[in-house]
Amino acid sequence: MAKELIKSNEAVVKGALLAGAKCYFGYPITPASEIAQAASYYFPPLGRTFIQAESEVAAIQMCYGAAGAGVRVMTASSGPGISLKQEGVSYSAGSELPVVIIVIMRGGPGLGNIAPEQADYFQVVKNGGHGNYRCMVLAPNCGQEMCDLTIHAFEMADKYRNPVYVLTDGFIGQMMEPVEFPEAMDIDERAKADWALLGDAETKGNIINSIYLDQDELEEHNRKLQRKYARMKAEDVLFEEYRLDDAEIATIGYGIVSRVLKSAVDVCREKGIKVGLLRPITLFPFPEKQVAEIANRVDNILVCELSNGQMVEDVRLVGCRGKAKISFYGRMGGNVPTVDELAEQITKVAEGGDIDG
Amino acid sequence: MAKDILKKPDALYEVYHRKPGEDKKNIHYCPGCGHGVLHKLIAEAISDFGVADRTIMISPVGCSVFVYYYFDTGNIQAAHGRAPAVATGLKRANPDTIVISYQGDGDLAAIGGNNILQAANRGENITVFFVNNAIYGMTGGQMAPTTLVGQKTMTTPYGRSVQNEGYPIKVVELLATLESPAYLERCALTDAKNIAKTRKAVRKAIKCQIDGKGFSLVEVLSACPSGWKLTPVQAKKWITDRMMSYFPLGVTKDVIDEREGYHPEKVKLTGDRIEEILGLKKEKLFRDKSMSEVPEQYRNPQIKVAGFGGQGVLLLGQTLAEAGMRHGWNVSWIPSYGPEMRGGTANCQVHISENDIGAPVVDFPNILIAMNKPSLDKFEPTVQPGGIIFYNTSLIDRKPERDDVETVGLPFTDIGDELGSLRFANMVVVGAIIEKTRLLDEDIVKEAMKEVIHNKKFIPDNIVAIERGMAEAKKLE
Repeated sequence: MAKELIKSNEAVVKGALLAGAKCYFGYPITPASEIAQAASYYFPPLGRTFIQAESEVAAIQMCYGAAGAGVRVMTASSGPGISLKQEGVSYSAGSELPVVIIVIMRGGPGLGNIAPEQADYFQVVKNGGHGNYRCMVLAPNCGQEMCDLTIHAFEMADKYRNPVYVLTDGFIGQMMEPVEFPEAMDIDERAKADWALLGDAETKGNIINSIYLDQDELEEHNRKLQRKYARMKAEDVLFEEYRLDDAEIATIGYGIVSRVLKSAVDVCREKGIKVGLLRPITLFPFPEKQVAEIANRVDNILVCELSNGQMVEDVRLVGCRGKAKISFYGRMGGNVPTVDELAEQITKVAEGGDIDG
Repeated sequence: MAKDILKKPDALYEVYHRKPGEDKKNIHYCPGCGHGVLHKLIAEAISDFGVADRTIMISPVGCSVFVYYYFDTGNIQAAHGRAPAVATGLKRANPDTIVISYQGDGDLAAIGGNNILQAANRGENITVFFVNNAIYGMTGGQMAPTTLVGQKTMTTPYGRSVQNEGYPIKVVELLATLESPAYLERCALTDAKNIAKTRKAVRKAIKCQIDGKGFSLVEVLSACPSGWKLTPVQAKKWITDRMMSYFPLGVTKDVIDEREGYHPEKVKLTGDRIEEILGLKKEKLFRDKSMSEVPEQYRNPQIKVAGFGGQGVLLLGQTLAEAGMRHGWNVSWIPSYGPEMRGGTANCQVHISENDIGAPVVDFPNILIAMNKPSLDKFEPTVQPGGIIFYNTSLIDRKPERDDVETVGLPFTDIGDELGSLRFANMVVVGAIIEKTRLLDEDIVKEAMKEVIHNKKFIPDNIVAIERGMAEAKKLE
């Protein structure tokens, strides 16, 4: 295990290459550009492909092609670019192609700014594209997870033949932390993708397609996809719990917010407030059971996001039948709350006050 | 000739098993449509070159969306206009495959205009067959970018007007202005003579790819009797009479013979070699150090480094973080980025801790490094009581006002300048930090610096700078 102090955006690229990624197709955008830059530096010397595409639209379609050819492939962008990629994501989901997409969120809507936000939850987790599809979404909150969850994303993409997002914010993308890298994997495309077009007699009968003119056939295809998403919910939910055992207040956050919350939980615990943290690591599949269970157990849930309140909708959806009162505190525009700020919100909740988030 | 094209080539399925309905023998295209003939010409070339097994056909959006019903090759369907991007992905992932993009005029020249332009410009080693019938067939006869001036369609009911829609796009002429494409030709499916020319062009374009000569595209003027509301015979005459005068037949570019064939080498590296290229095989000096060996006020420090852009504050912070990691501690480093960075000031925030690091931000540092006056003004009030401020007296003409923190003022910029360059000032600071805080060991910091600085030829100078910083800080005692 090699340990390196590395920018998270670069850890993504090294992790991807160790996971056997063969192709990177991308387009520059702050705060995700280091991913494309590192890919352009490391992919070619390994005999792998880096292409700076003409557009985000093209980059994801190149991924569609390479995934159809059976190789591990990735792209990365930020909100405005992800808006453009939605076409290709829908097609990849429809044609059941494993594509890994890294999203480093910035401020929006429109051009917004390049500071960290979490306002792309809806378009990434709930699908910005057309059709009845879902993508698995992994939400790292540190450099190590930027590597590990990128590798996991490739594994999950292959397991389900489905696009997988790694979703984080500009803050996590830009930070440096020590990362321990695993050994390089050897990926056998023939073994992993017997459904793909490998350019030979054995696989030429395969077809990569999302068109089903017959209504019943398309419905059956959609039902098959829904079964796949149900399997994700049953088998591959990831989350982290922190000091929740005896908690009366549960905070919920992901990405950079989960780290500020963790510190705020410690500060409040010292003041005697029984508070803990639930950090969803998979945003889809969302840790529904855990949230429902916590909502039955604690008095208060405080969801914090760098948004107008997007993930909180998922919390409310599964937590609404519990006894806990669900509050939301959000910052926007690229502002990241301080530890004291969140500790203050937790204290307010503990004292029975309302949050005007 | 006409007889030849009636025979079904091997690269077409004998029975069209993917085609819905009872009729699995005949194509779905309308009578008089050019697609069927072009399918046969392409299939015949693929069969004759013996590449059917390694060919992948891309079905576009348009009437030819069902190309995959017919070709006994690999098949993939692409979003409207995106076939050249999909082709790029397929070909780059596996250069041994023969990738054929089959596109109509709306697909290629309207919604996919940039995709075809850029794939051609990258010189992708793919083959594109562009069926130009001057109309959107599948959606029911709307205007295409190649619809002729005056031509009536469902969306140009008064005829295409130059004032409203401009002139039709001439694709092979447009692409011929690019350096990268190898071969571009326009043909027509009208009479036996033109079909023979088309057959030749189809073969040449596919051979171009097999030989690794790069991008080729054949534009084929093709009849759409249904869309044009003409009989098949009238439609062929319409191509000859109307289309050919605006879309002249012939080669617009052919540099195949001047090109060396390029066949990318397949690289298979061992895991060790991959890790080496990724820089993961370096021997590094690590030494576990307990925070209990560090003076109490500097344990698990939160550090803020601030100054002008160009003073090396980000590298300074990275050196501290790298060194902290090599003592076996958890560390985090975050830059201020965005507008702040471009405004000429820069700062970074570093945590070094025995414990897990929660929030990586540093709101209240216990070690502040202020390299200019705005930084001292802004961050001095935030320093924790008992903390320490290192400030650059070369650029700061006041002393810190706080009396509950330790202060170390040194002319870091001047010292760096004296050592040969302003760029060494940051390592002079690092030296002072080693001396004053006893947090980090000198030998490990030097190793960390070697890892962090970009230009390795400055390593000896930076070692001198670290040592000088330590000496200057010691003198203050």
